Amino acid sequence: MLASLILIPLAVALAIVVLPAASARATALLGTLAAAAMTVVALVQFDWTQGAVMQFLASVPWLPSLGISLSFGADSVSMLLIALAALLGPICVLASWTAITERVKTYYAWLLILQAAMVGVFVARDLIFFYICFEFTLVPMYVLISLYGSTNRKRAATTFFLYTFTGSVIALAGLAYVAWFNSTLPFDQMTGVGGSWTFDISTLQTAASNHMNLAQQSMVLLALLCGFAVKVPLFPVHTWLPLAHTEAPTAGSVILAGVLLKLGTYGIFRFGIGYTPDAFVAFAPYIAVLCIIGILYGGLICWVQTDVKKLVAYSSVAHLGFCVLGLAALNHAGIQGSILYMINHGLSTGALFLLIGFMYERYHTRSMKEVGGLAAKMPVWATFMVFFVMASVGLPGLNGFVSEFLCMLGTFQASDSWSLGLWGSEKAATIGATRGNLGPWYAAVASTGVIIAAMYLLIMVGKVVFGPLKEPGGHDSHGSHGGSHGGSHGGSHGGSHGSNGHGAAAHGHSHLPADLTAREITALMPLAIACLVFGLYPTPLFQALKAPVNEAIAHVYPPPQLETPGTENQPGRNDPTGLIGSVGTAQEVSR
Amino acid sequence: MIERLAYLWPEIALFATTCIVMVLGLSRSFAVRKATAGVAGLGLLVALYLAITTTPGTVGGPLVDAKHGQSFLPTMVPFAKCLICIVALILLPLLAGTVDRAEEARVASGRGVFNPLRSNRAEFYSFFLFSITGLLLVASADDLIWLFLALELTSLPTYVMVAISSSRHRAQEAGVKYFFLGALGAAMFLYGFALLYGATGTTNLNKIYDIFTASGISTLGMLGLLITLFGLFFKIAAVPMHFYTADVYQGAAPGVSAMLAFVPKTAGFLAILLIVGTVGWRFGPEGAGTSLPEPVRITLWVVAALTMTIGNTLAVMQSSAKRMLAYSSIAHSGYMLVGVIAGPGDASFSNNGIAAVLFYLLAYGVMNVGCFAALAAIERKPKAGEDEVREIDHVDDLRGICRSHPVAGWTMVICALSLLGLPPLLGFFGKLPLFTSAVSAGEIPLVIVLGLNSAIAAFYYLRLMALPLLEEAHPRAEATEDAPFAARRVAGLVSAGGVVLLAVLAGQLMTQSEIAGRYMPQYKPAAAAEQSQPSLMDALQAVPGVTGGR
Repeated sequence: MLASLILIPLAVALAIVVLPAASARATALLGTLAAAAMTVVALVQFDWTQGAVMQFLASVPWLPSLGISLSFGADSVSMLLIALAALLGPICVLASWTAITERVKTYYAWLLILQAAMVGVFVARDLIFFYICFEFTLVPMYVLISLYGSTNRKRAATTFFLYTFTGSVIALAGLAYVAWFNSTLPFDQMTGVGGSWTFDISTLQTAASNHMNLAQQSMVLLALLCGFAVKVPLFPVHTWLPLAHTEAPTAGSVILAGVLLKLGTYGIFRFGIGYTPDAFVAFAPYIAVLCIIGILYGGLICWVQTDVKKLVAYSSVAHLGFCVLGLAALNHAGIQGSILYMINHGLSTGALFLLIGFMYERYHTRSMKEVGGLAAKMPVWATFMVFFVMASVGLPGLNGFVSEFLCMLGTFQASDSWSLGLWGSEKAATIGATRGNLGPWYAAVASTGVIIAAMYLLIMVGKVVFGPLKEPGGHDSHGSHGGSHGGSHGGSHGGSHGSNGHGAAAHGHSHLPADLTAREITALMPLAIACLVFGLYPTPLFQALKAPVNEAIAHVYPPPQLETPGTENQPGRNDPTGLIGSVGTAQEVSR
Repeated sequence: MIERLAYLWPEIALFATTCIVMVLGLSRSFAVRKATAGVAGLGLLVALYLAITTTPGTVGGPLVDAKHGQSFLPTMVPFAKCLICIVALILLPLLAGTVDRAEEARVASGRGVFNPLRSNRAEFYSFFLFSITGLLLVASADDLIWLFLALELTSLPTYVMVAISSSRHRAQEAGVKYFFLGALGAAMFLYGFALLYGATGTTNLNKIYDIFTASGISTLGMLGLLITLFGLFFKIAAVPMHFYTADVYQGAAPGVSAMLAFVPKTAGFLAILLIVGTVGWRFGPEGAGTSLPEPVRITLWVVAALTMTIGNTLAVMQSSAKRMLAYSSIAHSGYMLVGVIAGPGDASFSNNGIAAVLFYLLAYGVMNVGCFAALAAIERKPKAGEDEVREIDHVDDLRGICRSHPVAGWTMVICALSLLGLPPLLGFFGKLPLFTSAVSAGEIPLVIVLGLNSAIAAFYYLRLMALPLLEEAHPRAEATEDAPFAARRVAGLVSAGGVVLLAVLAGQLMTQSEIAGRYMPQYKPAAAAEQSQPSLMDALQAVPGVTGGR
């Protein structure tokens, strides 16, 4: 079942290579639609009442000497992210329909391979299989950026590859350490832990979280963060992202923002929390601080951007900051909000990149100094633009609001000093407060990021959509275009003509009408509907995520033995805060 | 001693082939001359078959053969011999057309008759087989003198092959450089051997192991060990004995460079495993650990870290593809030294550094041939009246070759990504056991160095991958054409195919290298004195300390 979600795109990629170039994009569209249809089948068959249970389990032994197998399985978190990837697949093909005219076969083949690798990450139940897919996403993305990107694409692609490759090699060392640690444990008949090398994700989770001490967990978590924080990206290692986003072709940006960044947050959720819960609790404040710096710093940089695409790229840094902040809160609201944020950010930011791509196809500029007031010229485009900006800002009623609010709420509640009643008697334990090392201060500072986000996005809308109509001079006639702009832009545009991948794309604009075509609207419509539905009625998502989130929280803060006698109190599970003494009632309160 | 010959069927077969090849290559008939390489390949196939079937402790056969005595590390021998033969079989087509090209052209055009004195074909292929024979002998060595002779038999032909591989002066310069530095290396490990003999009074590795185990390692013995190691570092091109590498690889023809990257390196690593095996991985803080004696461990640690870092850093700065690959080969030696440091662990594959080294040697051999094959498969178009070798070398020559020369281009792309260690290619599965074995040996800092080096390596492998695949040919670049030797492209195809397919089938190879990596020195056939040949597992359980590790 899940294997077919990987195999269909791979087979289609092969078909694209074999078939003539003229049919490449149609094949790609059919292939992504087939994959999406298969995903729908999987979504229907998935038992959503058992969201925390890995379903569709399948396993093919591969390298028994190393304990590696091709294992598949998905819980509701995986399923939602697979659905997101499957939804964006056909949309990316539609978005590239006219933009890519050179080396078409290469483009769509790599796009499909990328699709397969992304799904592979979400369905893998074997660590090495996960890592293979995680790492292999780099190659297609590298090719897409460096062949079909804008002027500075080579540097952007190389930076992207080197950053993420370096991080993930260190993460691999951490994962290898966990596997080794497991192999040193005595074999346990009940859980399958220990005894020999295995890379089974669930087994290693039991081994790592139950038996590692805090120092070991911290070491592993740091190694993992090297890989996943780069991918997210968190504050000090985010510098590849704006470059890669700005230079990537539209579909590349959509995939990058929509799914690839989520590989990082998904990795933190699965392995950061799953494998090293105690260390994650201890590190949560530091991670949260990095997130908040990212939120504020990303937001402030957005404020001064004139390049629309770069603005949205930096806004991703800020948004993903909220997303990881929710994870660091380690309570129901936070983690649920964070996972929802992964979906919602993919929808709204993906759509913004699409819109900017459509604009770029027409005007060949992304500078706010050169375009403005497009509402007059492109009313449909402008409508969508305002809609998705509102979704991104977090307007209540649209999807962004739900997840952003939950992340903030989770951060606010996550305070030991509230939940354990440290400021007085146990009665002082505030209703709704949960365990955690964050608290209102974190939420307060982070929430200024919401205001900043509203400011820069609305300023952008104000300039580009409303206001006096401003179009780059001579955009109608191609020849005068390069010459009519002074400075860097004219130069860069001229330069991109000399190179092949982009120069060809630039010719497309004369065929396009002023406003969006039916194809482009078709690409945007599903995203818009999803934004609206998830904004107005997110309850199904909440229900789907309830079980895995509860499990994750129980994993981090194991319930006391009295409540569930079956749960063992493992020797390695020291409470890093040393506050376990008064936890009994507080746990009840927190529920 | 005569019974040891029964071990050496692959070597004997290969030597016989060598003699035939030496004559065939001088034949007046073009058809016979042309068959030289084919006969050499046949000889290698026979040697591979014999290595599988006749070597005790083998892939298919019994672990021990009471009648014939014992090699020092018996489990390693058959796997090592198989991997040598396999990679040699891929190397052979790559050597096509390296020598005698002008001579054959002259004969073919009818401007003269074939003059054996001006032909190098016979020497070239027989030297190649000699070198491989020497390499096989290194694998089965159990004596210092044997080891020395085998190492020299491996090296001496390569000096000549480098010099005659190209008509350019650079090749001769490379040959001379390689020869003198090789002689220095040989002198060093010979000196080390002499000290080992002085310390123990024997040249037999089994006996040296006995003495080291029983009465500890004397200062003289340790000195001999370290000097030997530094001599062998020359063979594997490890820092500080790496200086010749780039010049020699650049000067030689690509086929010969590919051979230099594999044959001496394999000889060096097998010899290092044998020599280090005499002291064993049984030291540690409490006196009964699983690591090498501290002086050896520290030496290898520092050399490994320096080798990877310097190799990768210098590779980043190169603009010549061959120099880049030369420095990358230095770096890969550093990776493999990590496995040597990790040692056999508890002999399960993931913990076993020796198995990791052996597996990596195979992986490296296969993927490295591909990169050189891509360089060998493309040539500049000759200018009028020019008779020189027209091989491509500058990385810019690789621009856009995926479109102009798809076979060579894709070979380069796939093999470069594999050398980088990108999953799911073979290089990744080579690197993974190095990671796991080093982690299990507690060498976490070394693992970090290894990881960071993989990241540095990404800089230049990415270039080797991106230039053919993503760039357009430079407008002022000289026109290139496919080299008129399809065999070179076949070598590339086999290599690239191997990189992809062996990754899928790596399980079986890992099982074999796991058996090969079981560190069982001094395996006395006494336990299996009865005529019935014990199964592998029985034999292993008979060895104290091998299966008791868990």
